Amino acid sequence: MNDKNLHYTPLHSLHTELGAKMVAFANYSMPVQYPGGIIQEHQHTRNQASLFDVSHMGQITISGENAGQALESIMPMNFIDQPLGQHRYGLLTNDAGGIIDDLMVTRIATDSYFLVVNAGCKVNDLRHITEKIGKYVTIESHEDKALIALQGPAAINVLAKWVPELSNLRFMQASNFNIDGNQCFISRSGYSGEDGVEISVSGDQVESLAKLLLAQDAVKPAGLGARDSLRLEAGLCLYGQDLTENITPVEANLNWAIPKVRRDGGARPGRYPGYTIIQQQLTQGPKRKRVGVRPIGKAPVRAGTEIVDAEDNVVGVITSGGFGPSINQPIAMGLLEISVTTIDTRLFARVRNRLVDVEVCKLPFVAHQYKR
Amino acid sequence: MIKYTEDHEWVRMDSDTDATVGITDFAQEQLGELVYVELPNIAASISQGDDCAVVESVKAAGDVKAPVSGTIVSCNESLDDTPELINENAMGEGWLFTINLDDPTELEGLMDESDYQAYLTSLE
Repeated sequence: MNDKNLHYTPLHSLHTELGAKMVAFANYSMPVQYPGGIIQEHQHTRNQASLFDVSHMGQITISGENAGQALESIMPMNFIDQPLGQHRYGLLTNDAGGIIDDLMVTRIATDSYFLVVNAGCKVNDLRHITEKIGKYVTIESHEDKALIALQGPAAINVLAKWVPELSNLRFMQASNFNIDGNQCFISRSGYSGEDGVEISVSGDQVESLAKLLLAQDAVKPAGLGARDSLRLEAGLCLYGQDLTENITPVEANLNWAIPKVRRDGGARPGRYPGYTIIQQQLTQGPKRKRVGVRPIGKAPVRAGTEIVDAEDNVVGVITSGGFGPSINQPIAMGLLEISVTTIDTRLFARVRNRLVDVEVCKLPFVAHQYKR
Repeated sequence: MIKYTEDHEWVRMDSDTDATVGITDFAQEQLGELVYVELPNIAASISQGDDCAVVESVKAAGDVKAPVSGTIVSCNESLDDTPELINENAMGEGWLFTINLDDPTELEGLMDESDYQAYLTSLE
């Protein structure tokens, strides 16, 4: 962000009331954990349901007669055919094929799309989107809205009390619902690998809604620390680490996010920033790839750590690394030279003054529980 | 008698020449639940202020600095399987290693209990 002032979400005083340890993240004061600690919050999410404040993220509506076409001109996605209520993962690309941001896009009307973007990227995203398609669409940034996520196997059940019809919403679908008098836009999606929802609601109502949910037996608050350990176990990318302007979607192993219709041979190939490089990599394969990296032993291997082969050649770098509480072992993801990305390849991480054995492994570390 | 450093290590003299070293309760609270501990090698020679051990939580790695110079005599092997002993009892069962001191006068420069408490208050 450009301004230096620390921002606060509408749940800030609730976080302090709950004893959260606050940190500055993307220019926002955010809870990294509550008194129970990251591991407890992480495990509670996989066992029951956790409530996360993600109001720091950007919420933007893009509308206009040609909104779908306009969005397709800046992202290698299929927006024109996107069904109403469908929620999709998207990538804003640059001319070099790199990723400006990863985001979620829901088609909320024939001519209207609702975007949720990363907090640290939202100012730049808005600038980029405005520059590219501002002449053709209406762009509305919702500064007044809050965003919370309820993640875990118990999430839907908790909400069924007020919204019984929520169980009809499948994974990656979204719609408007009313939770105890609060107008909410809910998507069945998340960043934890578990079943659950993300709820967009007015900033004026989010505190009472959050308190209502936290009053349910199954629900506990969780912070950014657990959010990170959950998504890492789920093999999900974090922008700024696993995804950057210098990493292409193919290198990031996100080929699945680029639909056939936008590839060569499809109905609407190309015509998005970075198409030449991205298509070439889709056809010929990338020179490096994001893979799971499992340290052998107990020592975590963190982001930025160099990976070398048996001859001490640097073959890649860890992009995200930490500890997986659900499997009680260190876990990581790295961007490695394609020649060493076969599953089970044994390599070494340069940690402090020694080499830690690691192996290339499949993602996710913990299976997804999505209700498709 | 226990002495403390500004980096939140403690040293407890067990005899005239040997001491036990650990990190304080404040330090373990700051780090969160520990998932991995890397201890120095037995018989290693360390100088005061050297990085000599690492304690890792989910979120971060913390360097433990040697509060005094000396030779490592033993390490707390329970921490291999149960690093969270440090969270549960940082001043007792969560000890890191024992050390044979090169120069016991180094302790004079460290904080005693009340100085350390005052120091913690100043950090708030």
